Formats: sequence, structure tokens, C-alpha cells
Amino acid sequence: MSDSSTAERERIQLSSAVVRFAGDSGDGMQLTGDRFTTQTALAGNDLATLPDFPAEIRAPAGTLAGVSSFQLHFSDQDIHTPGDAPDVLVAMNPAALQKHLSALKLGGIVIVNTDAFTERNLQKAGYEESPLDDGTMTDYQLHEVPVTGLTLRALERHIEEGELNKKEAERCKNMLALGLVSWMYSRPIAETEEWLEDKFSSKPEIADANVTALRAGWNYGNTTEAFAFTYEVKAAKLTPGRYRNITGNQAMAYGLIAASVRSGLPLFYGSYPITPASDILHELAKLKHFGAATYQAEDEIAAMGSVIGAAFGGHLAVTASSGPGIALKAEAMGLAMITELPMVVIDVQRGGPSTGLPTKTEQSDLFQLLYGRNGEAPIPVIAASSPADCFHAAIEAARIALTYRTPVALLSDGYLANSAEPWRLPSVDALPALDEAFAFTTEPNQQDGGFAPYLRDEDTLARPWALPGPPGLEHRLGGIEKEEGSGHISYDPANHHAQTEMRYARLERIGAQLPPLEVIDPSGEAEVLVVGWGSTKGPLQAACHDLRARGRKVARVHLRHLAPLHPDLADLLRSYRVVVCPENNMGQLAMLLRAKTLVDVKTHNRVTGQPFASSELVEVIERSGWGEQA
Amino acid sequence: MTTNEIKLTKKDFTSDREVRWCPGCGDYAILATVQSLLADVGARPEKTVFISGIGCSSRFPYYMDTYGFHTIHGRAPTVATGLAITRPDLDIWIVTGDGDGLSIGGNHLMHTLRRNVNLNILLFNNEIYGLTKGQYSPTSPLGSVHKSTPMGSLDRPVNPVSLALGAEATYVARSIDTDRQHLSGVLRGAYEHRGTSFVEIYQNCNIFNDGAFAALREKGQKEHNQIRLVPGEPITFGPEGERAVIAEPDGSMRIVPTEEAGERVVVHDPTRVEPTTAFALSRLAPSPTGPTPIGVFREVDRPVYDDELRKQVAAARERYGEGDLVELLEGGNVWDVL
Repeated sequence: MSDSSTAERERIQLSSAVVRFAGDSGDGMQLTGDRFTTQTALAGNDLATLPDFPAEIRAPAGTLAGVSSFQLHFSDQDIHTPGDAPDVLVAMNPAALQKHLSALKLGGIVIVNTDAFTERNLQKAGYEESPLDDGTMTDYQLHEVPVTGLTLRALERHIEEGELNKKEAERCKNMLALGLVSWMYSRPIAETEEWLEDKFSSKPEIADANVTALRAGWNYGNTTEAFAFTYEVKAAKLTPGRYRNITGNQAMAYGLIAASVRSGLPLFYGSYPITPASDILHELAKLKHFGAATYQAEDEIAAMGSVIGAAFGGHLAVTASSGPGIALKAEAMGLAMITELPMVVIDVQRGGPSTGLPTKTEQSDLFQLLYGRNGEAPIPVIAASSPADCFHAAIEAARIALTYRTPVALLSDGYLANSAEPWRLPSVDALPALDEAFAFTTEPNQQDGGFAPYLRDEDTLARPWALPGPPGLEHRLGGIEKEEGSGHISYDPANHHAQTEMRYARLERIGAQLPPLEVIDPSGEAEVLVVGWGSTKGPLQAACHDLRARGRKVARVHLRHLAPLHPDLADLLRSYRVVVCPENNMGQLAMLLRAKTLVDVKTHNRVTGQPFASSELVEVIERSGWGEQA
Repeated sequence: MTTNEIKLTKKDFTSDREVRWCPGCGDYAILATVQSLLADVGARPEKTVFISGIGCSSRFPYYMDTYGFHTIHGRAPTVATGLAITRPDLDIWIVTGDGDGLSIGGNHLMHTLRRNVNLNILLFNNEIYGLTKGQYSPTSPLGSVHKSTPMGSLDRPVNPVSLALGAEATYVARSIDTDRQHLSGVLRGAYEHRGTSFVEIYQNCNIFNDGAFAALREKGQKEHNQIRLVPGEPITFGPEGERAVIAEPDGSMRIVPTEEAGERVVVHDPTRVEPTTAFALSRLAPSPTGPTPIGVFREVDRPVYDDELRKQVAAARERYGEGDLVELLEGGNVWDVL
């Protein structure tokens, strides 16, 4: 890739950049984004991604509904969000331009595939006139590139020799776009070439066509005069260690495998396909050599039931779903709670209610997990806060489940599930030793040689985990209220009240045994506290960083545990002048905090299916903490 | 392992809990038969698990001195499947009813049968909702007048044996609560069968639906109506064997006087791989108020879901070796920051 013309270009050093690829769902934008992400990671940048795609597998071509996009923020510094406004938009058709242009920074670069700007496509995108000609683009640096035509020309030989037809050749246009953007940002493409050759190893002609298109894109940038500059974002100064890129769903699957390895329990994963949780199943189904059994049940209820059976059988039992599926599991989760069996229920939240926005993100299932069961049915609820954090959250969920013999709800969301970030790999030996969290009971626990399945551990209030098998421990579990100790069914009013209190006491016991809360306040003098949970961590972190840079003293705490809340949390909240809690729901954690602490927590709520922009949060925190003068 | 050599008795399978079904309920007879059978076949209480849903029959596990799980309405097969996958060493029994198994839990029943998970399903059919005090059930005859259907039920009843055969269950049988010997026979077959065994048991609810199965239970009637299926034998019935089952050219079956049947009499063969004949037999009796086949309709071998799942895990370990966590985490593109 050396050419004399490269030397004539000015290479501009940037600290960070935000690139968004947008096109039709069939244009391969997610794959293009994934490859650019990997190239960027290998270049040593810190990064964060935001894939955004329609629920329809193939929405009508060329329509606004069918637009799929992938945004990548990369930097030579530590970053926490996929970026607010893109610097570069690659629009593969008019609909993509229509949908995404307004997000672009003024003066930003737009690369459009002019071949897709046909009258028909313009019409479908709602343009009466071509935006390329009517002045729409005057505020931007427009690059008109005939991406489809260039691709076909690059693949002329392949078509002539019958290696692929015109349609197949056109499909390589995303690689041409990737090649061009890779050239712009001085990203090496060798890794993507290898990846293509590997992916299409059984169809070498397709691999070759894609590699040819990729190189053609690079060369186009290099040889045409259209692009005056190239850009470079140097490697970030990350904490030393070994890194990889990981998405939330992948990290979740690996965390479950890690919990299995560290507990010595084989993993049982029973689930029913649902967006955006299915990739956890796909990932685990490939990992059977870890002893993991994956079971695709006939429905959400069956998945939950199977997990209860597997927990009774002595496996590390896990299911995952999204909001609608969790609703179906609710009754069985109550059974899991009253039978006090350890298991993890993951909710990869999406826009609700009902079917809602299946491929978009939201944090609106918190109350469902906290309270969405009949009767008083408290279970621990925790949340992951970044893609890589899903790994550690899965282990923490397993720890609580195994230690206290309870179903644990673990919240992720569509943003975490599909986004990627560089992850410094943990030392496996330093992960929690979960085998210390439990022991199977194999001997009678009564003086008379009998077995009382609801006799509790004084420290954890956990009941014995007694699997079928040992003689003398035969006992019956079930959904009817249990008599303390014996576990026999009991309709005694006082016993029911005592059992209910005990179940709350056990939850509180989990809280009492947590490490201290981590409050980030570099000044040590902040009077404004930002409270968050789940995937808002990145934007909140970035917003607080910006506020501090402009002199505001602001503290931040991000909650891993939503039930129980940390026992120190109420005092912490009371010690600040202002507490603000932005959420991608209508104020669920804020309501909980108000109820539990009587602190007048300020809220900021948005449910657009997209994560917060950090600039939005800067304004919110500024206004909440210091009034309107922002 | 001396304990394994001691012959257990019915008592060893009987829990200390007081049985709380209504006096005269058919469930008592089934409970006693199951407890005796398990002792007879040499089952071990600690290796036996009874799992139930919701309904009168679903109290069954509390009365067995084995491991047990009284789950939620219709969901026993789901819990049992998770247990069966993780614990090949256990004998797992599901106790369900016509409401629990065929109405709210119908979906799970169908999928468990088609998967052929290694467990035994006992479906107590009393053609009524007992625990909720007398509404019609999915097996109540059309036009049943009960609390929720004062002008008669409108939906066509399901035939549980037909349903199980339609789902290609590998062991399908029917018996009667009070016919201890016959019930023991089909239960023994269920116990010995690898895969899902499905046994429909006609069970009298003497409170809300007394006499629903009188044609098959009562002296004077049952001799005329029980069509006892015996493998390898021509299907004839009646006190003198005077009636016979024949196959029509279209595959359906019909009852005719034995002397008219001649060569056309059906010889029972539950091991036919194709379930069509067994299905035709199940359609012989539209309701258990007249001649009705009892016994084993189908008994075939087919790969068992949980066995196959465990085989995949073993095959993956054979192929890739025991999973290594460090290798997994470093499996993608990794880079080092110094």
C-alpha cells in the first residue's frame, strides 16, 4: 500500500474520532463496523461502539425503516461512550443520509454512495430533490463516491470469469467503503484480509472478491485527489496488560463459563430465543467442552422451569431473556425464590412495553425484576455497567446465588449486549473462588437422623443445598409456604409472616456482606452526587469528567446492587446537597432511592432506544446541581 | 453397598405426611400401587424424584418418601427436563392431571414427548377440575354441565392417548386407578422404558365427577367395555371374547362380533415404529363410556434427548479437550499494552 501520492497528503493527528457507517440492512453495515472496530483495537486505541439496527431482518430495501448503522468512537485516551455526534458519516443510500445527517457534527465529513442516489431511492427516503444538489450538504464536507460502481469495476475480472455474478459483486461494496475509511484513518487492513480469507475459506472466490474490494477502497482514497487529508489517532495509554475486544453478550457468556470453572459446577443454560439475549445462547452452545449444557426450550416458561430443575440437580443454572420473556418467567421465578435454589436469571433489557423496541436499548425492567412476581418475593438484583463488565457481573450473580441459595436477577441491556470495548483480560486465578460459596449437603442435619431442608446457616441465612441422591435426605420442595426447618407445607399464619420476614432478612444479609461503595470524587469536596446503574455508566463517567474539567466538583456512584441496596447508600445520599439520577426509563431507580432514603433525588429520563449522549448529561447535571446558568 | 441389597417394601416409599385427598378419591389407589411397584422393581427412594404441577394429583410427591418437587401449574415437565438433563442417575416421575397436563401445561407435554426426555409421566384423568372445585376440563365430554358451563361445555375434548401418539411419544399406555394389577403392569413398563413414558390413568373424582369411568371400573360393565391390549394377541374383548377389533381399508378401526372378524382381527403390536396403527386404536373409543382400549398402545426405542445432549458435551470434550478458561479469554484478537 505504498504510493508516492500518499506522501503529499497531510496526516492530521487527532485525539479521538467518531465514525458512523449507515446503510440498508442488507448492506452489511454491522459487519463493516465490526471489522473497523477490530482494526482500531489492534491499533491500540481505546474505543466504544454503538450498533443500531432495525427489528426487521430485511425491511424493504432503501426505506428509512431499513436503515442499519454502526458507530465507533476511538481515542488515544480513556473513553467511556460511543460518542455523541459523529465526525464522519458513511451513508450507503439516501435513507441512511436522511436518517443520520442531523446527528453529524457541523462541518463533518460525509461519504455517500452516489450510485444509490437514484430517483426511486430518493423517493423512498422522502427526498423530493437530491440532497446532494439542493444545498442540504453545504455545512458538511461532502465526498461523493460511486461505491457500487467502483466495486463492480474492481471485480470486473471476477464477474467475467464467472466467479461471481453481478449481485454478489455488488454485495462487496461495504468492503470498498471499509477500505476507504481505513485509509482515511490510517488503519491497517491486513487483519481484515486475513479474516475474510478465513471466513470464506470454503468459498475462496468470495474471499478474493471481498479482499479485492477492500483494497480498491483503500487505493481509491490513496490515488484520488478528493481527500486532502488523512487522519491518525495514536494508541491510547491504557493500563498495561493483555487486551481484547468484547461485546456485552460475549462477555456475559464468558463470565458464566468462568463462574462454572471457578465453582466447579457444570453450567446448565436453558433459554428461549429472544432479541437481544440470543447471542448468549449462541456463544455458550459453542462452549460445550467446558461441560456446558445448553437447552433451547419450547418457551420462556419452560426455559425457567428447566433452570429450576437443573439447580435442584446441582448444576450452575442460568437462563437469559429480555423483558417480554422475563414477564413469562415471573411465576416460575417465584417458585425458584420460595424453594431457595441458586440460579441466575439474566434480563438483556430492550425497549418496552410489550414487544416494544426489540433491537433498541432501555433500562425499564428494573421494577419488573424487583417486584414483578406475585406475593412478597424478594430476590437479589444486580446490573452490569459496560460490555466487559458483563463478565464480572455474571460471576457476581453466580456468587450471590450460590452463597445465599437464591435466584439472582442480572440486568444487562441492548446497548451493552451489542456494543464492544477493549477489555483488559483479568487474571483467571484472581477471579472469585466460587467453590467456597457452597457445599452440597449429603448428611442428615437432625439429631434423630432426619433431614430438615429449611434449616438455615446462621451467617448467610441460606438453607442446605441438598441434591437428590444421598439416602436419608429425601425431601419435598414446592411452591406452597414452607415451615421453617422441616420445610413441610404450612398454612400457619405466624409461620408465613416469619418466612416472609426471613426472606427479606436474607436479602439484607447479602447487602451487609458487600464491600464498601465506591464513590468517585477526585476533589473530595463535591456537594453534587450523580447516581447511576447499568449501561449509563459510560455516559455518566464521561459527563462527570467534562464537568470536572470545567471546574465543577461532582461525585459519582454507580450501583452494581439494586436489591439489596448497599446499606451505606442512604447515608451517602443524605450527605450531598443535590443527588441526581439520570436513567433510560421514567425514573425507576430514582423512585426506589426516594422511597428508601427519603432524599429528594432529581431525575432525568429518556427512552428513545438510544444511550444517553454525555453532552446531554453534562447539561442535566449542571442544571440539577447548580441551577439554570449553564 | 449392603443397603442396595436389602429388599425395600411399600413402606420405604411412604412418607410420614398425612394423605389429604377426599375420602374415596381414586388417587389413593394409584398412590398405593405406585409405592408397591417401586419396591417391587427395586427402585431406590434416594434415586427417585416425583415432580408435579398443580391440582389434586399434584399433591402426590408429598406422600412419597422420595425426593420430590411440587412445582407450578402445568410446568412439571419443564423442571423435570432440567433435572433429567443434569442427572442421568435419577428415576424421574411426573404426576399431572387433565387440567395441569393438557390445558395449562399442554405445550410442555407435547414438547417433552417429542423430545423423548428420560422420564415417566402419569396423567391422572378425572375429566374435571377438582382442586378449583368442579369446572369442566379439556377431557370433559362435549356438553358437560358444570359450574362454569351451566348450559353445557362447547369445546371438543382431547383424547390424551391420541395426543401423546400424535407427538410421537415412545411409550404410551392407559390404565385404571382401581385396577391394581393392570396399572402395575403398565407402570412397570414405563419404569423400564428409556425415554418419555406416558401413562393415562382414568381416575374417579367421587366429589365432582363421580362415575365418569363406571363403564370401565364397575363390575358388570367393565367386563363388556375393557379392551385389554396384549402384545402379540388378537384384540378381542367381552366376557367370552365375543367382540373383536378389525382394521378397515382406510386404516381406521372398528368393533365387530368376533365371528365376523375372521382374518381381519387386529393383532396388537405396540412396537411398530409407525404410530398410525396405535393412533387408530386410540380413536376407537371417543369417550370412556363404552368399549375402550387399555394397556400399552406404543412402545418403541428412539434416541433419548438428554442422553444425546450429554453425548454432545462428551463429544465436544473429546474433540477440543477440557475447556481452558485462559485460552477462551485470549481466543479473539489480543494485543498487549506495555
